[in-house]
Amino acid sequence: MDDFYRENILEHYRNPSFKGTLDLFTHSHEENNPVCGDQIRVDMFVNDEGVIEKVAFSGHGCAISQASASMLMEMIHGKKLAEAKQLDKQDILDALGIKIGPVRIKCALLALKVFKAGAYGLSGVELDEMEDEDDW
Amino acid sequence: MFDVEAIRKDFPILQQQTNGHSLVYLDSAASSQKPLAVIEALDSYYRSYNANVHRGIYDLSEKASEAYEQARKKVARFINAKSWREVIFTRNATESLNLIAYTWGLDNLKAGDTIITTEMEHHANLIPWQQLARRTGAKLAYVPVMPEGTLDMEAYDRLLDESVKLVAFTLMSNVLGTINPARKLIDKAHAVGAVVVIDGAQSVPHLPTDVQDLDGDFLAFSGHKMLAPTGIGVLWGRRSLLRDMSPFMTGGDMIKHVSYDGAQWNSLPWKFEAGTPAIAQAIGLGYAVDYLNNIGMANIRAHEKEMTAYALDKLSQVEGARLLGPLDPEIRGGAVTFTLGDIHPHDLASLLNQYNIAIRAGHHCAQPLHDKLGITASARASFYIYNKPQEVDCLVEALDKAREVFEQQV
Repeated sequence: MDDFYRENILEHYRNPSFKGTLDLFTHSHEENNPVCGDQIRVDMFVNDEGVIEKVAFSGHGCAISQASASMLMEMIHGKKLAEAKQLDKQDILDALGIKIGPVRIKCALLALKVFKAGAYGLSGVELDEMEDEDDW
Repeated sequence: MFDVEAIRKDFPILQQQTNGHSLVYLDSAASSQKPLAVIEALDSYYRSYNANVHRGIYDLSEKASEAYEQARKKVARFINAKSWREVIFTRNATESLNLIAYTWGLDNLKAGDTIITTEMEHHANLIPWQQLARRTGAKLAYVPVMPEGTLDMEAYDRLLDESVKLVAFTLMSNVLGTINPARKLIDKAHAVGAVVVIDGAQSVPHLPTDVQDLDGDFLAFSGHKMLAPTGIGVLWGRRSLLRDMSPFMTGGDMIKHVSYDGAQWNSLPWKFEAGTPAIAQAIGLGYAVDYLNNIGMANIRAHEKEMTAYALDKLSQVEGARLLGPLDPEIRGGAVTFTLGDIHPHDLASLLNQYNIAIRAGHHCAQPLHDKLGITASARASFYIYNKPQEVDCLVEALDKAREVFEQQV
């Protein structure tokens, strides 16, 4: 169980990358986790070449949600938006490197959901209902 | 291979005897018996992973959540839903139907609109529409039942016009046993732009169900009539309709975000599942679905058709018996309703009870239909997977004895 809060997770939690907000952005979206109320906002500035030039996340939440947000920011920063949109659940789980149950997975994937909802211009509910369709 | 004796061994309640008589349970249309697999599923949940769902961050709660959601997926596959998100857990078919009336109905109906239902409905698929009509000023019209127990489709055609916003009908009558021509009813309703509600309380436990093939908009059914515990029911709805509907009950678990000023709703299906759900019962329903799938719904239908044909044949030979509903087993299910001379059905049921035969007596929650048929009450024997022809023989024998008792008194 000690493994759950691995050093890299705690490190991202204590010293998150890209924490804050952007004054100038092309995308900004916010969602919360209905189970615990954790809330995350992701701001992006996507330039004319479609590259995510600047990112920032804000909000509050548990170590898992904050660490995964920080990791996600590192993954998408400097990437083409079209490419970053392809990131999925497994990419986040791989970055975290721990086994996560069905409830905590919502914490782990909150930032990804916010990013994707913002990128696709959908609400979190719409995004939820689009996903999870294949896993049954 | 359908082996009724093997199936009976799975039902502990059928093993008991009272006053030397084995239980002859002929009231599955009211509520079915439960196989050991379902009983054990409840026991196992309460003994080993009882916890609330969708909340706890510990193994028990995660296990409970997973089992609860797994049950939903089993039900979705059982009725061939496009997505498990279209499957909402309710208490029973009654709650499912009320959910539609109080959400979609109140939001969409107004004075001048028409609701169509039929004369053969169970009160659960009748009173919600009466209330909805009363609240909105909409008109309620009934498709008549013809003397042979089928719907008057020509009268239905005449009722259909642009004012019709909702058509609600039972797929299988709990009194007449009639299996209604669902596709015809649905296609005609859709042709005038009406939304279609199917009461599947009697049909889903007994007939193969494919909601995509049926092409209705809502389907309501109860778990307890299909081997599952009481307290769990299902509303299947077309996703595009469910998405725009207001919630029915509000409270915990159905929200995405709440502030003192308002709330945002959770995604489907949880938007419609406020408060702690019937977790054990839902899990039990999942096991009931597994059990039915193992036997095969087509096999179940075939067995019940044989039982029904046999019962119709035997009962029609009982002196003084009047059978209600169609006599063709092809267009009816295994709820066989009858009267016997002028013996009140309650007396009949009491006499049969002495032989440990359980039947339903009364108006079976379809009082207006009984009024129409000119009777106050009737007796109903209904069959399921565990019933065998010998039980019909027991029934007929007991009916003969009942007749003797009453004739002696006259």
